Order: sequence, then C-alpha cells, then structure tokens
Amino acid sequence: MTYNILILLRQELALTVLIFLLLFIKLGKDRSNENILNFINAALLINLAAGFCCQETGELFNGMFNTNTLIIFEKNLLNLAILIISMQSYAWLKNNKNVIEFYLLILTSLLGMFFMISSGNLLMFYLGLEMSTIPLAAAANFDLTKRKSSEAAMKLILSSAFSSGILLLGISFLYGTSGTLTFSILTAHINGNPLQLFAFILLIAGFAFKISAVPFHLWTADVYEGAPVAVTAFLSVISKAAVLFTLVNLLYKVFTPIASTWYLILVLLAAATILIGNLFALRQDNFKRFLAFSSIAQVGFILIGISGSSQAGAASLIYFILIYIFSNLAAFGVVSVVSSLTGKGNISDFKGFYKTNPMLSWVLTIALFSLAGVPPTAGFFGKLFLMMAGAAKGNYGIIIFAALNMVISFYYYLKVVKSIFMDENASPIQKLEVPGVSKLAMYICVVGVIVTGLASVVYDYIYSISIGL
Amino acid sequence: MNLTLLILLPFLTAILILLAKGLQQIRVIGLIGAIAQLGLAGWLLKSFLDQRSAGNNAAYLFESNQTWFKSLNINYHIGIDGIALAMILLCAVIVVAGMLVSWSMDKLSKEYFFLLVLLSMGAYGFFISLDLFTLFFFLEVAVIPKFLLIGIWGSGDKTKSAMKLALMLMAGSALVMVGLFGIYYNTHTFDMVQITQQGIPVGVQKFFFPFAFLGFGVFAALFPFHTWVPDGHASAPTAASMFLAGISMKLGGYGCLRIAALMPDAAHTYSWIIILLATIAIIYGAFATMMQTDLKYINAYSSISHCGFVILGIGMLNKTSINGAVIQMVSHGLMTALFFAAIGMIYSRTHTRMVAQLGGLLKAMPFISTVFVIAGLCSLGLPGFSGFVAEMTVFMGSWQNPNGAYRLATILSGASIVVTAVYILRATGRAIMGPISNEHALLTDATWNEKLAAVLLIVGILIIGLAPFLINHLIIPSTDAIMLQMAKVNQLK
Repeated sequence: MTYNILILLRQELALTVLIFLLLFIKLGKDRSNENILNFINAALLINLAAGFCCQETGELFNGMFNTNTLIIFEKNLLNLAILIISMQSYAWLKNNKNVIEFYLLILTSLLGMFFMISSGNLLMFYLGLEMSTIPLAAAANFDLTKRKSSEAAMKLILSSAFSSGILLLGISFLYGTSGTLTFSILTAHINGNPLQLFAFILLIAGFAFKISAVPFHLWTADVYEGAPVAVTAFLSVISKAAVLFTLVNLLYKVFTPIASTWYLILVLLAAATILIGNLFALRQDNFKRFLAFSSIAQVGFILIGISGSSQAGAASLIYFILIYIFSNLAAFGVVSVVSSLTGKGNISDFKGFYKTNPMLSWVLTIALFSLAGVPPTAGFFGKLFLMMAGAAKGNYGIIIFAALNMVISFYYYLKVVKSIFMDENASPIQKLEVPGVSKLAMYICVVGVIVTGLASVVYDYIYSISIGL
Repeated sequence: MNLTLLILLPFLTAILILLAKGLQQIRVIGLIGAIAQLGLAGWLLKSFLDQRSAGNNAAYLFESNQTWFKSLNINYHIGIDGIALAMILLCAVIVVAGMLVSWSMDKLSKEYFFLLVLLSMGAYGFFISLDLFTLFFFLEVAVIPKFLLIGIWGSGDKTKSAMKLALMLMAGSALVMVGLFGIYYNTHTFDMVQITQQGIPVGVQKFFFPFAFLGFGVFAALFPFHTWVPDGHASAPTAASMFLAGISMKLGGYGCLRIAALMPDAAHTYSWIIILLATIAIIYGAFATMMQTDLKYINAYSSISHCGFVILGIGMLNKTSINGAVIQMVSHGLMTALFFAAIGMIYSRTHTRMVAQLGGLLKAMPFISTVFVIAGLCSLGLPGFSGFVAEMTVFMGSWQNPNGAYRLATILSGASIVVTAVYILRATGRAIMGPISNEHALLTDATWNEKLAAVLLIVGILIIGLAPFLINHLIIPSTDAIMLQMAKVNQLK
C-alpha cells in the first residue's frame, strides 16, 4: 500500500519535496539568487525527466485520486511548461529579493492542479482547484511596488472566488440530484432532469471562468496586464491547460448521458469566445493584453476541438496544449526579457525590433506564426486537428465560422510581425543581453514549435493514450 | 527517382544560406541551389519521358506513399503527372531567373534569399503532393514568405499591400480548408488517388465544391477575389513579383484544376458560374489595365486578365480547354516573370515606373528594351510566342462547347485580346520608343546576370511558342487521364 502511494503519487510527492526544500533553503543562510535559480531549474528539469518513468495506472483513497498514462502525460506537459517559465524568468528574478516565495507560490499552485487533474471525485476536484487558485492570486501581486499588480491580484481573487461559488453551487445541486460526488458512480445518475441540467450549466460556467471563455472572460485582460510576466504566462498556459484537461475528463467520462446538451453549450461558448477574443485582440497595444485576448480566442478553438467528442477531439486538445505551451511561452519569453530589461511592454515599442535584436525577433515571429496557425510551425497542425475533430460532428457552420475567424486572428498576429520587421522607429529597443538560461528556454520553445508538428509520432502517441466519448 | 529531393534540395539551400556570410556567398549558394534544382527538374523530365515511352501508363509516376499522421489517415503521398511536371519545370526556371535578378540585393540579403528559397520549396511541395493535406500544408507554407518579402523589401505602400495579400490568401486557404474537411469526412481520406477511385457523393460535391474551388480561386486571382494582385505585385521587389505571378498564382490554377477533377459533378453544375467569373476577370482585367500608368500595375492587372483564361479553360471542362489552361499557366508564368524582370531592370536604373516619365529607352538600354518588347508581344498573343499557343488552345477548347452562352463568353474573352494589344503597344510605344530624356540617356544596359535571367525565360517562351507539341506531348496524356476520371465518376452516378 505504501509503495503504491509512493508510485502513484510520485509526481505530486516530487513537487511537495521540492516545495519543502525551498522552505528550508529560505530558512537557511543567504544564498545568491543565481545559485538558487540554477538549483531550482535543475530540480525542475529532474522533476520533468522523472515524470516520464514508471507509467503506472491505479487509484488511491477510494477513487478520490486516480492516475493513468494519459494523466501522467498531462502532468508532464505542465512540468515542462513550468520549467520553461522558470528558465525564462531568470532575468526578472535574478535581482528579486523574494525568489523563493515566488516559486513556493507557483509550485503550490501547480501541485493543486495535479490533484485536480487526477481527481476522481468532485470534492477532490474542488480542493485541487482552490489550492491552485489562491497561491496564484498572491503571485499576481508579486510586483509589490506596482499598483497594477495588486489590482490584478484583487481582480483575480474576487473573480475566482465568484466562479468557485458558482462551481460549488453546481456541485451541491449535482449532489442533491444524484446523491454522490464520485465520478464513476455519478454517470449512472445523470439523467438530464432540469435541476441536474441547471447544476451542469453552473458547473460549466465555473469552468468557463477559469479558462476565460466568453462571456466569463472579463477578468482576463486586466489580470494578465497587471501581473508579472511569469505569472501571466503561468495563468495563460498552465492554469488553462489544467482546467481544460479536467473539463475533458469530466465531459467525456462523467457527463456522457447529456452529451448532446453540452455539445450545444460548447459550440455556443466556442463561437462567442473566438469572436470576442479576436475582436478585442485587434485593438490592443499592450503586449500582455494582446496575448490575453489572443489566448481567449485560442480557447475558443480548443472548445471546438473538444466538442468533437471523439478520441481525436481529446487528442487534438492535448496536442494543441503541448504546442500552445511552446508557442505561447516563446512569445511570453521574449516579452519577459524585454520588459525586465527595458521596462517596455507595448507592441508599438517593438517597432524596428529586428534591426537591433534579430534573434529575439525571429523567436517572437515564429511563436506568433505558430499561434496564428501557419505552417510549417506546429500551430498549423494543432489548429487544423482541432478543427478536424470539431468537423467530425458534421456541423460545418461552426467550422466555417472558425475558419473565417482564423483569418481575423491572422491579421493581428501579422500586425505584430509587421511592427517588428517593417515599421521604422527612430529609437528602437536597444540590443539586449539575454541571459543564457532564458535563451536556452527560447530555443527549446522554437525547436518544440517546429518539431512537434512535423514529427507525427507526437500526435500519434497522444492519440493512442487519449480517451474518446 | 525520389521526388522528395525536390523539397530537400531547397531545404538544404535554405540552411546553407542561413550559415553563409556576406552577400557574395549567399547569392552564389542561392544560385547554385536554383541551378541544381533546374537540373533536377530536367532530369525528372527525362526520366518521366523515358518511363512514358517505355509504356508506363500509370496516372502518376514516381509515386511514393508514406504514413504521416497514422491515426488521422494522413499520408505523405507524392507523385507527378505531366501537368505537375510542367509546373515544376516552370518553377525551376523562374527560381533561377529570380535568383539572377536579385544578384545585387544588399538589404538583409540573407533573409531575402532564404525567403525566396522557402517560397519555392512550398511550391515544389505543392505540385508533387497527391494527398490533399500535404497539398494544403505546402500551399500555406508559401504564404508567409510572400508577406515578408513584400513588407520588408517592397516599395510604395508596401505594408498595406503585404497585409492585404496575406489576409486574402489566408482567407482563400481557410475556404480550401473547409472544402477539404468536407471531402475528408465523406471519404475518410485525403488521398486524391483514393478519392478518385471512390468518388464523392454528389450532394457533398455540390456543397463543398464552391469552398475549395473559390479558395484556390483566390490564389488564382479569380474575380472578385483578385484585389490582392495589383497591390501585391506592384509593391513586391522584382524577384518576389516574379515568384508571385509566375509561381504563386499557378498554385491557385493548379488547385482549381485538381478540385474540378475530384468533384466532376459539381464542376459541371457550377461551370456556368466559373465561366462567368472568368469572363468578367478577363474583360475587367483588360480594361482596368488600360487605365494604369505604372508599369508594374499594367502587368499586374494584365495578369488578372491572363489568369482568367486559365480559369476559363478549366471551367469549360473539355480536354482541349483544360490543355489550354495548363499551357496558359506555364506560358503566363514565364511571360509575366520576364515582364516583371524587365520592369525591375528599368526601375532600378530610372527609379520610376511611370510610363509618362519614361521614353526612348531603346536608345540607352537596347537589351532591356528588347526584352520588354518580347514580353509585351508574348502578352498580347503574337504567334511564335507561348501566349498565342496557350490562348488559341483555350479558345479552341471553349468553342467546342456548343452552348450559346458559353460561345458568347468565348467571343468576349477573345475580344479582350484587342484591348491587350492596345495597352501593351501603348506602353511599349511610350516607354521604349520616341525621344529619350537627358537624364535617362546615360543609363547603362543589362548586366550579365540580368541578361542570363532574361534569356532563360525567353528560351522557355520560345520553346512553347515555336514547338508547342513538346509541351502537348507532356501534358496531353495527363489531361486525357483527368477527362477519363471525370467521365468515370459521372457514370458511377
């Protein structure tokens, strides 16, 4: 039994050990930030590598916690993302007094997400969700001297609390109608009676808050803009990915009896999310706000993929998240370096960027092309497969709508590329000295963006471990 | 022989360009890569003809089928027929010419040559694909280089033109994508050969044909989606204009042809719309050209008109007309590349493209002027040049269609040639003939690289113009095969 716990919980345990190690380091004598950061990055790398061994399937605590190849893979994706974010924040954290606190917060949040992804019970799910949200709000407030940062934290905590409330209400109604919270038993009790549907809608609304799907997206832009870049990256990639993984798990495994209902809800949410995300992204100048709205639009595409409710649907989601990690984090990496070294964070500041920083420009451009879905970057495959999965239902209206929206999104991504390469600027951002670690992280992202798409083994592997309806 | 070489060679060239230092190294690598590619294409032609004369009558030669995305049944399936081979040869010639013309590009030369090579790689990949997914992949690969080439190295209102071009082409490919999904979910494959064997249900064809055809139509400057053409071509740097008109627009024409062959029932149903749009494009393009005063705009608008013939040939759906469409694609590619090359040479010396500000160039630069005249004469369809052969074949094919309305379309399209003669002769007369202004009198003639580029393209034009049986020999068996496919699927119904 003990052995079983150790094996099945090893990814969570590894994170916990790391968190405690950091606490002890904090208590011990002062060490230089470089050493601490190098240690953490090395530890995260080991954590990621260790995640790939011992792919055991099983459940713990009476089905509260379960794990399988798919879930391990999903957690590995998040491990990968946190490693990249950590490497990219090097320039920002190097001179920060509270490095360890930052990691304590985001690692705790990640731990919560792991429990959420593995949950086999709505209580466990809720526990994981809260555990992941509250540290994030503190992390969003990490720039203690900036008003915007605390504003972001306040908005995040309030909207999270609100959505958690809605979620809880949904969960209690579900419990009231079915008498259970365990996923495996719940399915048999889902019959689509009005109260249950109402509960389900509340549940979906709670999820939509977390993944910032329209019309529950209003907090996103402000929080993204105010929070430090690393936290924004965390919010837009890891946090969303974890909730989406859980959502697919719930929809495909638990709410199967009302699949036709949630199909409709997903399609409506997707259409609204893509359109609103796109329209707002068109007019942003602040880079982080821009990425916030573009990531809202991306979520819309993801929802289309999920609505396909086939094995391909789930596979395309995970595949897309992998690609999204690489491409979005590459973009955030450049923004992070630029803002920590120069304090500039507007798209208009990037005019003439190519003349002074060709390497960073290419990284950003490739990342944006991948987000836009242009081959040969992986984003092309990711988006195409999402749409293919969505088209499997035969609802071509939404596919045509999404295809046209891809063109709109193409416009605003190209606008950034245009500023970088084509616009003249009398005083462009000067040549930046990028720390080696951050550079390495960017290269990893770029290689990932190119290889993940062309190398079909990645998709085929994900497909083989995915579940369908 | 392995067709993948056609993609690998540009890929290798691109990598070497990235590693090279200095303009001299970069352009030499670019040129060597392009010439090697031309050699490869020539060798491909030889082995293709050898195989055909040895009695190999398979629809596609040099086929190779590798699994790409296994779980989605997406394959890297490549192979060529005569039509694809003609397109590959066209590409190879234009790429060499384009490299030569860009010989003295000193602004960000590494990026410039890299993007040119990337664009050509997309085109080669497109023409060898027999799997619709691969086809679509390469179609989009070729979009981004165009955007950057125009936006960074262009002239005039370049960013706006680049944006317009990229967005319209992306919208085109979005339409294509919807069409391809429709095909995929009703046949469970992207493989063109398999789809032809299975046939697509008529209802599906009728619903998805417009998406796919119009999508490719955007690339081929089909009216009313032609608006990216003038701005894009006019703003692009010389080699990019040549690639755009010579290669990129052909992706659209070729795609339209393949889509029509895959969905013959829908093609027959909608042929009157296709022909209507093509006729409008031909006439509108011709008259719009008359109003232009900028040499690049003249050629760009005339491209709309000339590409209309391609669509017209495809829309008429008979063997001769489709044959004509293919010849027109090759001919227009060569001719318009030559035209843009000549305009580029003139512009780099006089720094103006306005017809009114030019004059008597023949005295200062006889070679360039001659090239310009040849391109113009080819454009207006003078016998002996490729334009005549191509347009004649299209007209003969269209006239075979007994329907009165179709005949009317043919007559109207034919009449546009008169308009073509007007604008070509007028531009030539003003810019080339007459007295030369003092400031232009001392300009120098073409350099060796420019001469070589022009000669290469002129040779191509003359081969088609004087010995049309050569290209016919190459493409007629393939058009026969397409007609057979279309007839077979009709019977299945």
